[in-house]
Amino acid sequence: MKVLVPIKRVVDYNVKVRVKADNTGVDLANVKMAMNPFCEIAVEEAVRLKEKGVVTEIVAVSIGPKTAQEQLRTAMALGADRSILVETDEDVQPLGIAKALKAIVDEEKPELVILGKQAIDGDNNQTGQMLAALTGMPQGTFASEVNVADGKVKVTREIDGGLQTVELTLPAVVTTDLRLNEPRYASLPNIMKAKKKPLDTKTAADLGVDLTPRVTTVSVEAPAERQAGIIVGSVDELVEKLKNEAKVI
Amino acid sequence: MSVLVYAEHDNAALNKVTLSVVAAAKAIGGDITVLVAGKGCGAVAEEAAKIDGVSKVLCADNDAYEHQLAENVGDLVAEVAADYTHVLAAATTTGKNFAPRTAALLDVAQVSEISEVIDADTFKRPIYAGNAIATVKSSDAKKVITVRGTSFDGVAAEGGSAAVEALDVAKNAGTSSFVGEELAKSDRPELTSAEIVISGGRGMGNGENFEILYKLADKLGAGVGASRAAVDAGFVPNDMQVGQTGKIVAPNLYVAVGISGAIQHLAGMKDSKVIVAINKDEEAPIFQVADYGLVADLFDAVPELDGKL
Repeated sequence: MKVLVPIKRVVDYNVKVRVKADNTGVDLANVKMAMNPFCEIAVEEAVRLKEKGVVTEIVAVSIGPKTAQEQLRTAMALGADRSILVETDEDVQPLGIAKALKAIVDEEKPELVILGKQAIDGDNNQTGQMLAALTGMPQGTFASEVNVADGKVKVTREIDGGLQTVELTLPAVVTTDLRLNEPRYASLPNIMKAKKKPLDTKTAADLGVDLTPRVTTVSVEAPAERQAGIIVGSVDELVEKLKNEAKVI
Repeated sequence: MSVLVYAEHDNAALNKVTLSVVAAAKAIGGDITVLVAGKGCGAVAEEAAKIDGVSKVLCADNDAYEHQLAENVGDLVAEVAADYTHVLAAATTTGKNFAPRTAALLDVAQVSEISEVIDADTFKRPIYAGNAIATVKSSDAKKVITVRGTSFDGVAAEGGSAAVEALDVAKNAGTSSFVGEELAKSDRPELTSAEIVISGGRGMGNGENFEILYKLADKLGAGVGASRAAVDAGFVPNDMQVGQTGKIVAPNLYVAVGISGAIQHLAGMKDSKVIVAINKDEEAPIFQVADYGLVADLFDAVPELDGKL
């Protein structure tokens, strides 16, 4: 069975982003970029399914700038067999990405698509669900456990009240939550091998997809800073402040 | 303008977050219709009809909607959306699950987790884990939006008298089925709507030690949360996690116990009205956002606090 793993190049999660002085966005100049953490979990899950013998081929795909090749190479170093870059300099948004992915799904016909539940830049949490709707596939979002058997996939989902398990017919879309697995690190020999794995480049025009954004960013501001308060000397003082000053208890 | 609000519920009662979504709908303007989809959810529809400012309630009562499966609900909402300019759902795991499906079926973008309405096309929303706030404008004729509940004060649950209309639309994609769920059983208030939240972090040491927080919480009528570090360490289940990847809370009083204050955690609680931090490490970043900080061993301070309240 073939699995498609869409990934995104984003600011490394350790970087504290700063809003640009002109409020047009966040400053990404000379900032370390990396694979979105939820996407790493998606790659790891696909690799584990391959190690279990459930999956035979893993295809990584990214819709983004030429530099996203780096993240696709990382995915291949982690175990993806080949990858596809849909190259664009457009400010890609979930609907456009989902349409491009649908075109790739139509060509590749994977039985499972595993992707991150959200990217840590836009925090949209939309792409997997949109892809599922456009392709008519069922979805198991925010997955903390994935089991494939008998032409179906059982997904345990992290929901607000606890955990929910659903069973989906294949092909299906799964989006990963943090506790699905702990991604491995790529070994040096595997990083070297990944350089020789196939990486196809396509354009949105090749796929017949329009990536024009539907939502424009008017401005970006830094959030309101919270002022540090006071350090109290004792529990008594804390109780007194909460009762008489903050009046919250 | 006309706004469709998707009701969040468990087939028995309306979830309070819906009142916040109606508040966002009011800020957009126009007639407000609430859609209740579920099974045996008539009582929820009656409750929705009483919400202040709601002019109509649609009740889609069908087996296919019992567990809010996104495939079925997403289809239903896409069909019902034909009569509305805006479709709003709560940015809960239910709303986040089906709303992008609806948007894609309508061929429109979704604006996720808005924290403010500027006008009918323009909204504010947090990006980069709350480290930046974007003002975005949608060019689509129809808008599908999820709403961050804690950013909007809920409207009154009473005062309205909308008509309830049964909606006989059964959408069953047949591609997904509900197997089961494990819901946390707790008599304490739900985290996102609690007036007081007490959260424990890695400093708690283990799950048993959370007992001192539960005891204090029960005295104050508070909900109990945890940092990602405490959840990842297996002290408590994931549904207790407060933070960017967990629940976003904004209570009147937030008490962070043994929590260092990673950005991830702060993103989930920094809109709380009053923040108290108890930590033995005076350098912990949590003190930079706390209104009242107490540098102390939590195992001494929490029982003492409990005793003095």
